[in-house]
Amino acid sequence: MSGSCGRIPPPFPDNEDQEAESDTRVLDSDEDDDDEGEDIFTGARSNPITPTSAPDEGDIFSEEGSYIRSDVHHATNGLHPDEEELDLFTEATVELTLTNTTSQGRREIIGPTASACNTTQVPNSILKPSIVTKTTEELEEEESGDQFELNIAVTNPEKIGDGMNAYMSYKVSTQTTLPMFLNKTFSVRRRFSDFLGLYEKISAKHSLLGCIIPPPPQKSVVGMTKVKVGKEDSSSAEFVEKRRAALERYLQRVVAHPSLLQDPDVREFLERDELPRAVNTQTLSGPGLLKMINRASDAVNKMTIKMNESDNWFESKLQEVENEEQLLRRLHAAVDSLVNHRKELCSNTAVFSKSVAMLGSVEENSALSRALSQLAEVEDKMEQLHQQQAFSDFFILAELLADYIRLLGAVRCCFEQRMKVWQRLQEAQSTLQKKREAEAKLLWANKPEKLQQAKDDINEVKLSTANDKHNTWESKVSQYERDFERVTCTVRKEVLRFEKEKARDFKQHIVKYLESLLHTQHRLVKCWEAFLPEAKAIA
Amino acid sequence: MTSISEDSDKEKVRSVSVDLNNDASLVIDIPDALCERDKVKFTVHTKTTLSSFQKPEFSVPRQHEEFIWLHDTIVETEEYAGLIIPPAPPKPDFEGPREKMHKLGEGESSMTKEEYAKMKQELEAEYLAVFKKTVQVHEVFLQRLSSHPIFRKDRNFQIFLEYDQDLSVRRKNAKEMFGGFFKNMVKSADEVLISGVKEVDEFFEQEKTFLLDYSSKIKDASAKAEKMTRSHKNVADDYNHISGALNSTAADNNTAFKKTISVCVLQKLEDRVASDQELKLTELLRYYTRDIQAAKDLLYRRARALADNENSNKALDKARLKGKDIAQAEENQKQCLQKFDKLSESGKKELTSFKARRVVAFRKNLIEMTELEIKHAKNSVSLLQGSIEILNSN
Repeated sequence: MSGSCGRIPPPFPDNEDQEAESDTRVLDSDEDDDDEGEDIFTGARSNPITPTSAPDEGDIFSEEGSYIRSDVHHATNGLHPDEEELDLFTEATVELTLTNTTSQGRREIIGPTASACNTTQVPNSILKPSIVTKTTEELEEEESGDQFELNIAVTNPEKIGDGMNAYMSYKVSTQTTLPMFLNKTFSVRRRFSDFLGLYEKISAKHSLLGCIIPPPPQKSVVGMTKVKVGKEDSSSAEFVEKRRAALERYLQRVVAHPSLLQDPDVREFLERDELPRAVNTQTLSGPGLLKMINRASDAVNKMTIKMNESDNWFESKLQEVENEEQLLRRLHAAVDSLVNHRKELCSNTAVFSKSVAMLGSVEENSALSRALSQLAEVEDKMEQLHQQQAFSDFFILAELLADYIRLLGAVRCCFEQRMKVWQRLQEAQSTLQKKREAEAKLLWANKPEKLQQAKDDINEVKLSTANDKHNTWESKVSQYERDFERVTCTVRKEVLRFEKEKARDFKQHIVKYLESLLHTQHRLVKCWEAFLPEAKAIA
Repeated sequence: MTSISEDSDKEKVRSVSVDLNNDASLVIDIPDALCERDKVKFTVHTKTTLSSFQKPEFSVPRQHEEFIWLHDTIVETEEYAGLIIPPAPPKPDFEGPREKMHKLGEGESSMTKEEYAKMKQELEAEYLAVFKKTVQVHEVFLQRLSSHPIFRKDRNFQIFLEYDQDLSVRRKNAKEMFGGFFKNMVKSADEVLISGVKEVDEFFEQEKTFLLDYSSKIKDASAKAEKMTRSHKNVADDYNHISGALNSTAADNNTAFKKTISVCVLQKLEDRVASDQELKLTELLRYYTRDIQAAKDLLYRRARALADNENSNKALDKARLKGKDIAQAEENQKQCLQKFDKLSESGKKELTSFKARRVVAFRKNLIEMTELEIKHAKNSVSLLQGSIEILNSN
């Protein structure tokens, strides 16, 4: 697994004594789940997404309609190849309810979970079926069980400092029942570079294993400079809101990943009051430059590696991923254009509304004059509707697409990691081969001393190495083979998990978007219906 | 007005209400038109029981320039100075769709066959819409003339309807345009002078103030409405692109995507319809901008006549003082006064009926627009609800 150690994991079902208990609970909840599975979305409240400005702390984790995340730990310490067929991955869901004290709506970002299956086949790794959305009452009922909750919110952006050294600090609040955390509810303040630092740390540890690491939101020099300089206009407010939402989604994705959640760095990020400043994340720092160089050399490597793919699955998957990325880019461009045009429509409607009002004031027929001013009001309301719809367009669709474009990039990195491991294996194998040939040659040449030397070379027993291991080429090769096997397995699993999550995510967001459209159309109907009698009253 | 609702089941949906006579003695319509390159050939079809025409039913082909000729000759007729002359139909403008068609052709390589076909279809529909609109506008112009008790008897109008040869008006175009331009300049200079003339009649004083103010406001409103409907169309087009992009993914077994495609397509349609409704409002505003201009022209002519009248009075006084040419001056003065009185009288009538006409037109248009908006928004609602249900139940 992730190799995290020194932390007490939550009491997972692979503890022998809990097995029997969890068994029954599994069965019980299974039944529940099957019914509830269909209710994922009807449980969700269809409210428009409105951009939140600083919600109060107390309101962030309102229990109403919050969902449970069940933490699942797949027993992968000994990877069984046939596990792949079983849909063992129950995703951790991180669900969020934000109440905004100022605006009308409530934003909910749902990440429902799939139910697991087949617990009987692998007795040592009974997986807890994930619980689908539940209401508060059901939540409380199950509190006693092995369901763990983890809600994260990123809120309250505050500008700290002044001038070019200023930065935005965000409040990261966590609410959880996971025992591995010190408290149930806590919050810390973090800045953007902290998030990037977290990504670096996680990436360094987990990407080599073939995990898909969620990428953080992008840096933006322009956006941040505006904020730093202190421009109080709407575009910098929009930028901050966009970033805040992106950071929130980023964290939610990180904790949704079962192995990442176990990582002590993640826990530290969420819990610890003061984090050491992550300077490696600056573009022009030493490590930053090093990273750029590495990336360049990686790109070159990618072009030269021709992997002998024994498994077609990977090749076709990679192709799929690339195609999908193309499609998403196109979609994103179209949605972007939609957002812009809608904003245009918004301002044009406002201007038109004023113009109609003027016309109404000049009109001499009093009934017509009244109707025209009513029309102006209707158009005004339409402007607001368009504005809201533009927000929905952006935050539900455009950002989703942008996130997934980056995530697909991360998936590709995952594949590349596997290639690198394979390459390492190949190199080791060829070195071993060469040494063996050298040994054979010496055997032929019958030079006993050199022969012994060659043998030693192959078996290079270095007793003086620090970690006391055998460091022979043979053992190296076999180690690398095992590594490759493991990475292959992990990548497969990760991709499957990712795909499921993606399908769910998209469906969810699409439903949300449709709901926002529905809401807009409802309001439209109301506006026009209110206007109709006025129009009819013209005489 | 009654014939409008009857006509609405044909493709001619009129956004502007016209006081069409139910009187079957002179019925005009444009049943079809051909578009050749830049030229549009309208087929003007007349059915009449009036004896002044040679046949009871006949059709002639006419081009836009001939309509303009008719309008200009009527404007120049002295007798009609006291009437509001129906505004000339604007020139058929296919520039918009033509440009888009051109752009589409250029971008053909970058999109899939289906997308291209779909966009082509849409452009053709747009083209057709512009076409229909221009036919309608020309038709309305003729119908206003035919329903007016005085204009319908105009000799030039009859020639226009009947004469099956080419009216050969085109040759004059360049000269006419220049002359027209010059005339306009003179007119606006005149307008300034005349606005200083003292108005004796309360009614006309009010009308002047009202019309001047209203005219600028309605022009503004119509421009803004146009911008707004254009933005709305853009939004609809974007949904089109989105559904196109989604469509082009072949192996997508994602039902959510599929549903979104159908929703996007329909959302596009809804937005289109919404923008069409707004377009009607824009049309109305535009038409009345022109009509208001025609009313202003009437006021101008009357003011001119008033000025002439005053001048003639002064001339008469001068003549009396000098003792010369008194009879001539008297004659002149009498004529001017007559003209002025006639103008004032018919002008008053015209302006009053214009008011009523305007209010009715606005009412009709606003009601229609509102009802259609409601209907389509409700359609959207049920469509969206259905889609959400399907997605949720998967």
